[in-house]
Amino acid sequence: MLKTYRNIATQDTADNMHFNTATSMGLLSCHQCGKLWKGAEQGERCGHCNATLHMRKPDSINRTWALLIAACIMYIPANMMPVMITSTFFESHQDTILSGIIFFWVSGEWGLAAVVFIASFLVPLLKLASLFILVISAQQKSPWRQLERAKLYRMIELIGRWSMLDVFVVSLLVGLVQLQGFAQITAGIGIVAFGAVVVLTMLASISFDPRLIWDTETSHNDAPQIAISEITSTGIAAAQEST
Amino acid sequence: MHEISDLIACEQCDAVFQKLSLANGEIARCTRCGAEMDRNAQQRRNHLLPLTIASLIIFVIANTFPIVEMELQGLHSQTTLIGAVLSLATEGISIVALLVLATTILFPFMQMLILFYLLVPSRNPDNPLGHRPGFSLLIRVMQMLRPWGMVEVFLLGVLVALIKLSNMATIIPGIALWAFCMLTVMLTVVVSFNPRYLWQLEESGQ
Repeated sequence: MLKTYRNIATQDTADNMHFNTATSMGLLSCHQCGKLWKGAEQGERCGHCNATLHMRKPDSINRTWALLIAACIMYIPANMMPVMITSTFFESHQDTILSGIIFFWVSGEWGLAAVVFIASFLVPLLKLASLFILVISAQQKSPWRQLERAKLYRMIELIGRWSMLDVFVVSLLVGLVQLQGFAQITAGIGIVAFGAVVVLTMLASISFDPRLIWDTETSHNDAPQIAISEITSTGIAAAQEST
Repeated sequence: MHEISDLIACEQCDAVFQKLSLANGEIARCTRCGAEMDRNAQQRRNHLLPLTIASLIIFVIANTFPIVEMELQGLHSQTTLIGAVLSLATEGISIVALLVLATTILFPFMQMLILFYLLVPSRNPDNPLGHRPGFSLLIRVMQMLRPWGMVEVFLLGVLVALIKLSNMATIIPGIALWAFCMLTVMLTVVVSFNPRYLWQLEESGQ
């Protein structure tokens, strides 16, 4: 069951709806317990749960940029350096992320090749690209495809963790294949860089504030400033829609 | 500074809405960006304590028994999750070992312990589920840990590693592998519970 809240918004035409935001109404919402406060200063403590109140995540754009650039730098060794070294009696053999995927593909394990390709190659790449789009468009306060960008943000939050897959595969193989002198798998330095990419992109998406997507120039100027007292006195009723 | 209790702001786009009371299992979504804003978590909460306890038990099993055993030309080898972490650490890439330790053992374990502590009824008859010492701090810790527990990703990693090895050796799945499968299913339910809703439940005294 799904219930939709009705925004206390003014509607000039059928499709042109101005949403009132906490910021435009002079309210601060607690990111911890969700309570809304009027007349609170940035940095003040929430009266309910004692978390620090912020209008937006502090320094969101700068922090996201820093983590994103660091992730991009680490992305190069993550893909160039070997992640795993297999030594048998006869030979020693180094694997990078991509050569591991190609190995699965040529040995006929197409399903597995696809899973690893998506988790280890496609997801990190898409995540870096998405974060670039999100942070640049937010920085320019662009009104471009806001809903799609909001959905993109939720998607990278959801799938980002799955690129840790290769780190776990290598750890397990290293733990298991320790047949001294006969067959041994050791981890390569590439896995450190790869783990760093995953952690850095996750930190970047955590430090990005999705509310910045909606903070456009137009929304601030055009949004009618409704005071709280008006809302309660005119008694705008909340409508319930069940879908 | 005073509280506005009849309004609610979307966490992801800041739009403000009139608050409605939700019936059991109902979810409120933001009409502007589609993010979940509120839900009636009472029913979920009632299932949560037994699930947390069961997860803790299975977690212990998953980490004490070997995940998999490998046989190659008469040579045997087996590993537990902690064994794999230790192998990584002795090889000198302790930073990756630490990452694996944190995401598969430490963080999920802390999440379960905190949830257990917050949910288990206290002996005080007047206030059986009341405010615990450290309540707000622990909820904050849980919120921070939430993206970093990766048991389900680890399980997929185990499966990939097994298929990879099955080409060159005989693979015997261990007890812990099945335990990890069960743990993944249960943790999905436990961890998908947003700790934020504990604030509402605590407030309503339930």
